[in-house]
Amino acid sequence: MRKSVTGKWSKWAGGALALFAGVALTAVAGQPAAAQSKQLTLCWAAWDPANALVELGKDFTKESGIEMKYEFVPWTSYADRFLNELNSHGKLCDLIIGDSQWIGGAAENHWYIKLNDFFAKEHITMDDFVPATVLGYSEWPKNTPNYWALPAMADAVGWTYRKDWFARPEIQAEFKKKYGRDLAPPKTYDELKDIAEFFEGREIDGKKVYGAYIFTERGSEGITMGVTNVLYNYGFEYDNPKKPYQMQGFVNSPDAVKGLEFYKALYKCCTAPGMTNAYMQEGLDAFKSGQVAMQMNWFAFFPGLYKDPNVGGDKIGFFVNPAGPKGHFTQLGGQGISVVATSDHQDDALRYIKWFAQPKVQQKWWEIGGYSALKAVVDAPGFPKSAPFAPQFLESMAIVKDFWAEPSYAQLLLDMQKRVHDYVVADKGTAQQALDLMVKDWTKVFKEQGKAAASE
Amino acid sequence: MTAIIHPDAPVDRIGAQVRFPAVRRVRGLSDRSITWLFVTPTIALLLAINIFPLIWMIRLSFTSLNLSMSYLPLRFVGLDNYADVLSDEDVWIRLQTTAQFVISTVVLEVIVGFGLALLINRQFRSHSFWTTIILLPMMLSPAVVGNFWTLLFQPQIGPFNYVVGLFTGVAPSSFSMTGEVALAPWTIVLVDTWMWAPYVMLICLAGLRSIPDYIYEAAEVDRASSWRQFWSITLPMAMPFLMLAVLFRAIENFKMFDMVNLLTSGGPGSTTELVSITLKRAAFEKWRTGYSSALAIILFVTVFGAANIYVKALNRVKQR
Repeated sequence: MRKSVTGKWSKWAGGALALFAGVALTAVAGQPAAAQSKQLTLCWAAWDPANALVELGKDFTKESGIEMKYEFVPWTSYADRFLNELNSHGKLCDLIIGDSQWIGGAAENHWYIKLNDFFAKEHITMDDFVPATVLGYSEWPKNTPNYWALPAMADAVGWTYRKDWFARPEIQAEFKKKYGRDLAPPKTYDELKDIAEFFEGREIDGKKVYGAYIFTERGSEGITMGVTNVLYNYGFEYDNPKKPYQMQGFVNSPDAVKGLEFYKALYKCCTAPGMTNAYMQEGLDAFKSGQVAMQMNWFAFFPGLYKDPNVGGDKIGFFVNPAGPKGHFTQLGGQGISVVATSDHQDDALRYIKWFAQPKVQQKWWEIGGYSALKAVVDAPGFPKSAPFAPQFLESMAIVKDFWAEPSYAQLLLDMQKRVHDYVVADKGTAQQALDLMVKDWTKVFKEQGKAAASE
Repeated sequence: MTAIIHPDAPVDRIGAQVRFPAVRRVRGLSDRSITWLFVTPTIALLLAINIFPLIWMIRLSFTSLNLSMSYLPLRFVGLDNYADVLSDEDVWIRLQTTAQFVISTVVLEVIVGFGLALLINRQFRSHSFWTTIILLPMMLSPAVVGNFWTLLFQPQIGPFNYVVGLFTGVAPSSFSMTGEVALAPWTIVLVDTWMWAPYVMLICLAGLRSIPDYIYEAAEVDRASSWRQFWSITLPMAMPFLMLAVLFRAIENFKMFDMVNLLTSGGPGSTTELVSITLKRAAFEKWRTGYSSALAIILFVTVFGAANIYVKALNRVKQR
């Protein structure tokens, strides 16, 4: 009896051993084949342009034989996820399309490799790119020829509006009677507020609509990316242009206070209910569902909106961020593409960048939904007619301004998020108090960075 | 080797001794050694993922480490981070917000949970079915709960505002549960109570079912009213279980992060920003590693100290 039990177990053990040996041999035999197929991982945010990049990337794979893998993360977790990855010197990403504000931290902390030598070797010159994108996405320190990224996705805040509603004769007549001027895309923020008030609560096609959609998101960067579009045009400055990091009297100037008060007034009077924590997607939903007459959002989304069956085509119009009493600027968005310093495939990654920088690739990038920063594409005679939002995009890229790109940008951004959201949405304190506290917060951050001397 | 065989030794044992000398070597391991052999991997794992990070975090709390500026030389700053945390007005406000959240949720969960336990304990027909239904919210992930309650609270399309409007006549889109300063704190209390009152119910139910029937029978013989029985029998005997539920829920809600982060992101403004959200922002968004380590240690000591005091009180109640 014992012998047959032992014999049965021996057979099972022998079978398992044979199976394991077979699997091991197959894996070993397969190794050389696996090692030969090259692969690059590109990390970015999960949004429409990323889908376009995947399509574009197929051309690179055809040309080079290098397979492209992608790691896309929603915008709300984008900074969290990838800054964590970069801080911990992870090897997930070979290429990264990092946010423009990361460039300082990336350069100082050696997250990206410097591209100057590569550009020189491959005859890629930054003069071929829109200056604002080189300054915003590639350079650190700013205004020095030290490049850490190739401008990949040019972007800025713009506005869409319901062209079909604006075109209705009865609406036009009523607006003209009330405001003494024609209903048209606003050129100034005062005009925008008039239009927003006009549409707020109006019934159109049996549905109640609202005036405007603006950014109010609390968690990542939303409300900051919204409010700066107004602040810049009311005279807000990040610091004294003659004395870097001196913020008192510039961040919290009387003009800046007026700008912040305006943004709150616009939020209170003319937005849809429930928009207390809203960023890109909520804006797209609000506009596509016919809730709002005007929407603030990034140009990156405009190709998709134009193609939308409900609100696209003839129904949609676009306009540049309106001017304010003290200037005409718009918040810079967009990103550059960089090679991650911890990547084991830097040569292949640089090959991708060289390929991406080619004019024909940049042209295709624009055509399929990306936003090229190459002058050869955007300055081409046919460019303004290439898309209905192209003229507004060109005009916007000439008037962009960006948030801090310091290594400590995340702290600066979160401090501004808190103070602005506390005032605009939570009705805490006054605009002056909010900006004064922001100066205090930012002074502390710069002190930690060893920049105390110039901040008071 | 010559085996010394006692003439009276059982034959089987002799046979075993002769045929399997290897067994004697394994049998040479003491029980204690075998215990350590099995327990050591677990201890090693706990040391690696619990104790070592804790010790490392204590070390970091005395340094100037900021990962967004890791190019700056690392300095030992003594108690500066702790002083920073304790003198930060914002931190105290967040602790106050957290305390309000913990007290409100625990009180509501105890009332609702204990009430449900009393009902379920009556063992009416289909009580098992209703027990399962009541337990469902507890089985969901807090992240999922946060997400779908955000949709439910949507002023224009969410059913919550619609139902409130139906009963009160207020226009559904005229208020926003997650967007108004007065309502947002109650929103997170409501959602947390909905999710975790069943947990309190389960613990209380265990307590109620442990009360022997003969005590109630004796009370009935003495003509004690239902209220008297509840006050003199049910409540005192279920008290240790109630206190345990309070302890567990208080500890959990002190650390609450995922549901609140998804529901309100700590907004509007910082109205519902709990200290756990502040900690996460300091550690993983602002990268102030030294500062956030100090904050984490302070919170740990606070919870540990409070829990110890509470457990002593619980033991006294149990002994009564």
